[in-house]
Amino acid sequence: MRHLVHSLPLALLLAGVLTGCAPEGGSGVQSAKLSAIQGRGKLICGVDGKLPGFSFVGPDGTYTGLDVDVCKAVAAAVFADPKKVEYRDLNSSERFAALASGEVDLLSRNTTMTLSRDAAGGNGLSFAPTTFYDGQGVMTTKTSGITTLKALAGKPICVESGTTTELNLADRMRELNVPYTPLKFQTGDQTYAAYLGGRCVAVTSDRSQLAAKRTSFPKPGDHVLLPDVMSKEPLTPATVNADPLWADVVRWTVNTLFQAEELGITQANVAAKVAEAKANPKLADLRRFLGVEGDFGKQLGLPADFVPKVIAAVGNYGEVFDRNVGPKSPLQLDRGVNKQWKEGGLIYSPPFR
Amino acid sequence: MVLPSPPSAPDGAPPWWRDRRVVPWVVQAVVGLVVLFLIAFLLGNLVRNLTAAGLLLTWRWLSQPAGFDLAETIVPFDAGMPYWRGLLAGLANTLRAVVCGLVGATLLGTLAGMAAFSSNGLLRGLARIYVEVIRNIPLLLQLVFWYFVVFLALPNGAAALQLPGVVLAKSGLYLAGLAEGLRWQLPQLVNGVWQAPLRLSVEFAALLTGLIIYSGAFIAEVVRGGIAAVPKGQWEAAASLGLGWFTTLKQVVLPQALRVIVPGLNTQYISLAKNSSLAVAVGFSDLYSVAETTLNQTGRAVEVYLILLGAYLGLDLLISALMNGLNRLVQIRER
Repeated sequence: MRHLVHSLPLALLLAGVLTGCAPEGGSGVQSAKLSAIQGRGKLICGVDGKLPGFSFVGPDGTYTGLDVDVCKAVAAAVFADPKKVEYRDLNSSERFAALASGEVDLLSRNTTMTLSRDAAGGNGLSFAPTTFYDGQGVMTTKTSGITTLKALAGKPICVESGTTTELNLADRMRELNVPYTPLKFQTGDQTYAAYLGGRCVAVTSDRSQLAAKRTSFPKPGDHVLLPDVMSKEPLTPATVNADPLWADVVRWTVNTLFQAEELGITQANVAAKVAEAKANPKLADLRRFLGVEGDFGKQLGLPADFVPKVIAAVGNYGEVFDRNVGPKSPLQLDRGVNKQWKEGGLIYSPPFR
Repeated sequence: MVLPSPPSAPDGAPPWWRDRRVVPWVVQAVVGLVVLFLIAFLLGNLVRNLTAAGLLLTWRWLSQPAGFDLAETIVPFDAGMPYWRGLLAGLANTLRAVVCGLVGATLLGTLAGMAAFSSNGLLRGLARIYVEVIRNIPLLLQLVFWYFVVFLALPNGAAALQLPGVVLAKSGLYLAGLAEGLRWQLPQLVNGVWQAPLRLSVEFAALLTGLIIYSGAFIAEVVRGGIAAVPKGQWEAAASLGLGWFTTLKQVVLPQALRVIVPGLNTQYISLAKNSSLAVAVGFSDLYSVAETTLNQTGRAVEVYLILLGAYLGLDLLISALMNGLNRLVQIRER
């Protein structure tokens, strides 16, 4: 039964705390999680699996998307092989229990970073840099004639339960003093099925997700996004608080993607750049970044050349964005605030020093 | 402490370790100590590991504002109220579904179970097909079928199915009733939205339909088994007195069948109460659904699951107690 499957991570968690011994702390400079992953020979990555552009299973069983590329980048950093990833599809309700119980090593599943999810007294997650800055929107049908949030008064709105979306909707509608009926479903599939079935006048979620889901509707042209942006939704990969060393590995793998774009290193030219750095000792910055000199990899517990492996596996952040959600994808999303900081966006890597 | 007596005691009493008055007590005490030690070990481990994981039980979050809304409640609730009010509203919704489901499933199941003994072959066949088809399909599948395939296919607005005083639309079932000022109020269309004194959402309707039809099939089998347990001679005796089929069933067979039926019903009622938690699949805000939202907002997984476990356990024990009372009433008293 579905319930049983969903409570499995929780049951494991409970069984663990009931009978297990106290979790081992990180021993010295080596992360316990990283050792476990290296011993296992593959990374287990929690994704959505049903969201085009972010994580989606193709007809041949391969995963693609922006969130998936983060998993591949981390696998490339650890194993020098982006294929050493096992994906687990998680719904929004089970994702945190799956991470806390250790069933997945990394949660790369369009998850909004919030205070209570980060704090030890809340969900106790450790967030990497944000990989997609999003905002909550509302989608409705063209025929409904609705153009503002106020016009939704008294109307049923479909929403996925256990999301920040659900809370933002309640906050925003209370602010506007608009009564509404929230219809909550456990999975995105059920939510969008109820919306397409006409049970709800509108459906609310992150704007990127609405745009992504719309591409799989029978008639995408019949649905419009309202101009209102209800909230900030920084979608961010996460690990558990308990292992800060492993969190560092994920953090700097994501920063690698950002930094590579800033330095103009792409999947296509990374090999040439490495050769160039090796040949020219004066390019100190590039040599350090690509692992030709210095010991950044060792400091993180990774191979020295993890940066070129990551870039060779998935490309830089700009390439990842364009391929999955940008102009080269069916989603056709604009870079918007997800541009590099030098172009006025929010994508910014701290220095590799 | 009993002093060990030497084996060669003059009165011939056995030593204490072979004394049948002592040994069982010693064994009991040892087993009891082992069990107590195990429980203490598990609890100590639980507290230690929960503390290490920063998950030590706390209940203060229950009084914080929930921040989410619920679509339909019989206990008033809005986003500004604390979590415990939300859970209470969820429990009330669960109880509403369970009580309505119990009544409906009992009626349907009894009719279907009695139909299995009808002299009408068509009725017998229909009852058989109903039971065999329904009880062999998972309930979750049936709920999703009723909601997404049947109820969401209904027309909406002015095109809704209308009978005098009753409107069935995609947004719900609307019934005429007494409105404010004790006026008789028919369902009416206001700005494309139906309004009526009595409203049943399609989510609730789908859940209730699914629960009634599914549990009804099992109850039909319990009723059929109970009736079959009454000796054939009782039917023949009643027939020889000239009683009709229905009178025989009502006056002779059912009173004797009830003592077999009631314990079986108990199990089915408990199953129905537990199955109501599948409401989350059709968007109905029952206890499980509210608890899941609460869990995600607060991160208090262990506490929320303890509340859920306690609530369903309490509900099932209550049903069980009521049914045991009923069982005593219908038992044949020896005189």
